[in-house]
Amino acid sequence: MTSAAPSATSAAPNESAIRRLLRATEVDTRMLGMIGALALIWIGFNIITWAQNGEGLFLSPRNLWNLSVQTSSIAVMATGMVLVIVMRHIDLSVGSIIGFVSTIIGVAQVHILPAYLGLDNPAIWIIAVILALAIGAAIGAFQGSLVAYIGIPSFIVTLGGQLFWRGAAWWVTTGQTIAPLDDRFALMGGGPHGSIGATASWIIAAICCAGIVFGLYAGRQRRARFRFPQRPMWAEYVIAVVGCLVVLGATTIVNAYPWPERVAAAYAEANNIPVPEGGLVISTGYAIPVLIALVTGLVMTFLARRTRFGRYVYATGGNPEAAELAGVNTKRITILVFALMGALAGIAACIDSARLDSATNVLGQFDELYVIAAAVIGGTSLAGGVGTIYGALIGALVIQSLQSGMVLLGLDSAFQQMVVGLVLVGAVGIDTFYRRRTAKG
Amino acid sequence: MDPNAITPLVEMKDVSIAFGGVKAVDHAYIDLYPGEVVGLLGHNGAGKSCLIKILSGAYKRDSGQIFINGQEVKIDNPRDAKHYGIETVYQALALADNVDAASNLYLGRELLTRWGTLDDASMEAEARKVMGRLNPNFRRFKEPVVALSGGQRQSVAIARAIHFDAKVLIMDEPTAALGPAETAQVGELIKQLKSEGLGIFLISHDIHDVFDLADRVTVMKNGQVVGTGRVEDMTKDEVLGMIILGKCPPGAVPGPGAMAS
Repeated sequence: MTSAAPSATSAAPNESAIRRLLRATEVDTRMLGMIGALALIWIGFNIITWAQNGEGLFLSPRNLWNLSVQTSSIAVMATGMVLVIVMRHIDLSVGSIIGFVSTIIGVAQVHILPAYLGLDNPAIWIIAVILALAIGAAIGAFQGSLVAYIGIPSFIVTLGGQLFWRGAAWWVTTGQTIAPLDDRFALMGGGPHGSIGATASWIIAAICCAGIVFGLYAGRQRRARFRFPQRPMWAEYVIAVVGCLVVLGATTIVNAYPWPERVAAAYAEANNIPVPEGGLVISTGYAIPVLIALVTGLVMTFLARRTRFGRYVYATGGNPEAAELAGVNTKRITILVFALMGALAGIAACIDSARLDSATNVLGQFDELYVIAAAVIGGTSLAGGVGTIYGALIGALVIQSLQSGMVLLGLDSAFQQMVVGLVLVGAVGIDTFYRRRTAKG
Repeated sequence: MDPNAITPLVEMKDVSIAFGGVKAVDHAYIDLYPGEVVGLLGHNGAGKSCLIKILSGAYKRDSGQIFINGQEVKIDNPRDAKHYGIETVYQALALADNVDAASNLYLGRELLTRWGTLDDASMEAEARKVMGRLNPNFRRFKEPVVALSGGQRQSVAIARAIHFDAKVLIMDEPTAALGPAETAQVGELIKQLKSEGLGIFLISHDIHDVFDLADRVTVMKNGQVVGTGRVEDMTKDEVLGMIILGKCPPGAVPGPGAMAS
């Protein structure tokens, strides 16, 4: 009745080495395609800037470090947007939620909390973050319940939300910019002080490498326990080595970016450190927002893959009626997904306002479009049921790379928008074509 | 077996549901005993699927009562129905196309590890066992079910229905998507489940299927029950007369939908 699925160990004859490598490591070829596109963008921009300036500006530690910080807020939200789109919904309100949440936590930490706790109280940033998460989640849950229980299409609910929360953000501050924010809160935005330095970065890299190896080992144990087919041992080694090289490479790059001279000099003076010949070199290391985005990505991947909630999200997206008939409470899942999206927008609000060290009502404008674009470029299907968290993270990096590269080239912003628009349509076009071809066989 | 001697496994009394102005099910009565197969027949739109969806919790009835083992129960959603051991194989199969067989088998009832995370390995191992019994040729455990053939999807749907200690099995056109060999396989399965004491509702508009497998037949027309009778007390022509004309033969007990004669 059925042909046996190719087991991971059987080798077909006449197979090219690359094909065998791909099959044995069970790597998603779509992801390789995205990484290839990303590499093309990076190298392309580097060559063009090199032709213009005599040095490749794009692949410099400084630019890559900036790129990582710029990507983090969109990346955080894109992980949630994947689940929203997988559920066959959309959330157009996330940019406005950022504006609303950031003005509220801005007012809270500048005008309200210091009055009770005193200026510079270490509790202020914690309360601000909790507030951001709670407000974001509450807004999301409210919008989600309108979708789930009243049955208003999510496009309409969140379009209304986009207008409503943006207006509400203006109303919170009557249009004023709130600044400066709490010092500890501002660390979430990155910058030299909002980064963890060389030693901590290496420690994190070591933990990540250990995690990769342990994950592979645990997976092998699990498969062995149920006598499922195993990957060949060499493929496990390839995955482990490539994974660790990526981690170590990224760490080397962020550590190769030193603090700006003036910041380092000020720091030296404040701490009575003698400045050596040629200036003090302090490695920046991973920026805190980047770590927030990476942890978010891990947590969301765990939610999507290893929990009931995630399973229900995907099953509902694949066939809402079947999920409902199987006993899944799809209304509850819908509300949870929107609440999660709102909470992630709350985190993004913290990152964005901390990065500017100020809160304004226009913060996050048009972010929803970049977030949706990141998810879709990352392979999330608007038809529902299909999408990965890591895809969305890479998608966010692709979009931000394009923008950052075009800024380096000095292209004006009107042209930048046109290019991002073209890339979005082009990427989805290629993906649709590819899917149709693989579906045919 | 004398059906009057024991409590029915399922009894639906005076059940009605309307959509807009259309009475899809109109004061219907139907019952089912353990180890019995009841065929539910009628034209498209006669209300048979609708009646059965009320029992499986997919629709909420407007009025009427449902009894399981003589106890009145409240069935408002599919979770309630599953709680009473009522499992359904739907006409449209109701599988989530984008996830694999094991995930579909356990959808809504996932096995968890002691940390509360999904135990995919156990679910797959268990799925391999169940499918090995139902359809020994089934190998494609890693693929989304959209890639499977009609018969394979059917075996996943049936596996899901019988894996969780079902007491009542509802099969809505179980063989509509199948070839002759697979249809025979489903027939064998129904006989086996019946001998294990399950009560089975078999919904079909193919009366040959039903005559081969069912003990009793209930016919519906325009949302009303025309009549119920034992298969051996009626001919196929008489049953056709019930389906088409609503004419209740002497071998059957007439319902509110029977043509006045």
